[in-house]
Amino acid sequence: MRYLPHTDSEIQDMLTVVGADSLNDLFSPIAEDCRRTTPLNLPEPMTEWELDRHMASLAENMGPTQKSMSFLGAGSYDHYIPASLKHLVSRSEFYTAYTPYQPEVSQGTLQAIFEYQSLASRLLGLEISNASMYDGASALAEALLMALRIGKKKSIVALSTAIHPHYRQVVATYLEPMGFSIVELPWGQDGRSDLTDLPREDLAAVAVQSPNFFGCIEDLAACAQAAHSCQALFITAFTEPLAYGLVPSPGSQGADIACGEGQSLGIAQSFGGPGLGMFCSLKKYMRNLPGRLVGQTQDHQGNRGYVLTLATREQHIRREKATSNICSNQGLCATTAAMYLASVGGTGLRELARLNRDKAEYTRQEFLAQGCSLPFSAPGFNEFVIQLPRDAEEVFARCTGQGIVPGLPLGRFYSGLEDHMLICVTETKSKQDLDSLVKEVCS
Amino acid sequence: MNIHPVPGTSGLSMNEPLLWERSQQGRSGFSLPRRDVPESDLPAELQAPPPDLPDLSELDVVRHYTRLSQWNFGVDTGSYPLGSCTMKYNPKTNEVQAARPGFAQAHPLLPADMTQGILQLMHDLQNHLAEITGLPHVTLQPAAGAHGEYTGMRIFYAYHHQKGRQRRKVLIPDTAHGTNPASAAMCGYQTVPVKSSEQGILTARAVAELMDEDTAGIMVTNPNTLGLFEENIREIARTVHEKGGLVYCDGANFNALMGIVDMAQIGVDVLHLNLHKTFAAPHGGGGPGSGPVCVTPELEPFLPLPRIVKTDSGYTLSEDFPQSIGRLHTFFGNVGVMIKAASYILSLGPDLKRVSQLAVLNANYIKEQLKDSFHLPYDRPCMHECVFSDIWQEKYKVSTLDIAKRLIDFGFHPPTIYFPLVVPGAMMVEPTETESKEDLDRFVQGMRTIANEAEENPQILHDAPSKTKVGRMDETLAARHPCLTG
Repeated sequence: MRYLPHTDSEIQDMLTVVGADSLNDLFSPIAEDCRRTTPLNLPEPMTEWELDRHMASLAENMGPTQKSMSFLGAGSYDHYIPASLKHLVSRSEFYTAYTPYQPEVSQGTLQAIFEYQSLASRLLGLEISNASMYDGASALAEALLMALRIGKKKSIVALSTAIHPHYRQVVATYLEPMGFSIVELPWGQDGRSDLTDLPREDLAAVAVQSPNFFGCIEDLAACAQAAHSCQALFITAFTEPLAYGLVPSPGSQGADIACGEGQSLGIAQSFGGPGLGMFCSLKKYMRNLPGRLVGQTQDHQGNRGYVLTLATREQHIRREKATSNICSNQGLCATTAAMYLASVGGTGLRELARLNRDKAEYTRQEFLAQGCSLPFSAPGFNEFVIQLPRDAEEVFARCTGQGIVPGLPLGRFYSGLEDHMLICVTETKSKQDLDSLVKEVCS
Repeated sequence: MNIHPVPGTSGLSMNEPLLWERSQQGRSGFSLPRRDVPESDLPAELQAPPPDLPDLSELDVVRHYTRLSQWNFGVDTGSYPLGSCTMKYNPKTNEVQAARPGFAQAHPLLPADMTQGILQLMHDLQNHLAEITGLPHVTLQPAAGAHGEYTGMRIFYAYHHQKGRQRRKVLIPDTAHGTNPASAAMCGYQTVPVKSSEQGILTARAVAELMDEDTAGIMVTNPNTLGLFEENIREIARTVHEKGGLVYCDGANFNALMGIVDMAQIGVDVLHLNLHKTFAAPHGGGGPGSGPVCVTPELEPFLPLPRIVKTDSGYTLSEDFPQSIGRLHTFFGNVGVMIKAASYILSLGPDLKRVSQLAVLNANYIKEQLKDSFHLPYDRPCMHECVFSDIWQEKYKVSTLDIAKRLIDFGFHPPTIYFPLVVPGAMMVEPTETESKEDLDRFVQGMRTIANEAEENPQILHDAPSKTKVGRMDETLAARHPCLTG
């Protein structure tokens, strides 16, 4: 086997050094009744070429065949990824390294993560960022647990129901065994969260998503004010960070923590993972942050360099009192996101975000012109909801049959919205694609 | 000219500023799509100034990251015997498979009839992991090892909840992985430490003394962090089960046991695996990983949602499992990592047993070759890794840290140091099966040279590393005056 370098004579020499008669003899500490009695029942090893054929056939058994014709968003977005990113992130010095425990031989990873933390903080308008979390949903769950730690005796968090349903499900999984409770906040007629009935007591945090699950941009400043007036922390979640190339950042609107999914920033969709859990906060909460942090320092000669720092928050030092159990994160995806932000640039990100918004707005207006209604009046970014004259699943089935995945029928997540469809339009869609979508959905 | 006795200690090391230090406003490294729709109106309060991000050209970005990569040490650079991390070779074909557009461009909410290929791959992978571990039901959703541990503890919680009486404690041996206590605590459990014996393993007696009906179960790392197989595991499991508890096994060290041990047979109820360790997916400088969890039939109803179900008409995703602990990830976990692990398993097949045999051979070889130069606190046959201490070097005022840093000068990544905590000044060496005998011999030679240097010229160790871009970093400064962004 090409990954196993040992020749028979080397194995013999090594067994002699070890004092074992055979390879099986090496396992003498394992009692017979702990041993497997049968060989591994796995398919015979494939050659590299057989593996290529097998994987090609699986990868081809996927749709839609015309990628340009899917309008699904809802937490995973189709954006252009420059070829340079794929090449850079494929440098094996990055991807075959472990967590940078030895800073002298890991300055590449460490500087890249320090730069990621810096760019993420700038994009989200907050003072600090961690080195990444698993994904948007677990980042939100950890943000709420952090707010509950900061809130000490408090035990309630309030979540907008316009947050991605999967995020809310993950939050429920994480909060249940800790005995914390969740108050669900409704959305108003304009599609934005309605915070008028916030619990006044025992409330550790209020979380909204912006742009929210319906694509509506929340009035974050008003939400922040409402949360703070209940002495609760304000958490902004997001699934589409590209929006902050255009609209005011969560930090600038009063968020204490901003967290969400960074897949849009140069990371392939890959059937939902690996993506990037982003996590930023105000500096005063630094010692409560979950996850790894890279900090700047210097060596004994005064050379600038980077290390993992503030590890006293983390599981390997604080053990059961740690701020989280997270160890491995999504480091390579964070590096990719920094490469993306650096490639697009501040000027470019503004233009790209604008283009996303304008294409979505164009499509929205076209739907309106074709007789669909737009149930939510709040301004949006690159996603929006349309209301159809019939069941959305029916339209979905008909369009996919025609090779267009038109969006996400919302009845799957919200009862009462069975005739609603969530549609995502990014820079990858041409005007012609958009016109075909409208025509097919409305036909 | 300075000639080094070992390879890998010299090379290009060019300076490179931070991204924003090379920014020129107005540059871009992105091919912006042509505008073919009109500009829309946006309310003024929704328009912020452009984000404060650097502007660079494509070549600026390419050179920047190429230089950064040159300051990194990876498995492709040289031996990386980082204990408990299983830094084996990451086959290149696995990268090719995961990057296939059919997989990489798949949206997670596409209907099942458009995702049969990836669902089949995931379903097959679950079956293969079940066969390899002996535990028949598998979830691939956890995004990393600690996420898998959390899933396991969450299953403990759900199991006891369903039994009608929640328990408060979980037993954790002193030879378990560092993440275990934090994972248990996140499910509301108090952790109770269990001391290992003088042989470095757990005794059923030590467990029996602590196990009671208020204890949800035990989290055992097997092989443990001393690289030793928990020989009493069957008896320990019996003790825990008799009191109504469950046995969790941290399978981060499973590279020692493929094709050797059946986890169900030894009494394990829940096991997590690290696809980025045992199954050759790369670690990415910190992640992404993947931490599947395998369970017994009794615990199958609690696995997270959604689950992949095979029907007569193909594969589908189902949420129809009312006792499930719920969702743990936005979608299905780190699918890209799963593809790499699936490729690895298909490439090796039943030869995975040989992988474990050679991993154990390599670790025992290192142990035998170095035990005259470094103190070996537990001199017994080891599994995939062995743990030395710096106690013999103490008299020369040389510490584990000095030894680790000096190894860098010799072209090796240091072992895991100061872990496990049961061995003061620990050096945990895990060579993995992909290192050849010559590579091991070079490592042995380097370590023996360092042992001699410690005696004869300890200063050279204190000054190490001497050939890296930066010297030893001031970690106290970093923690006292945190600078986390620039």
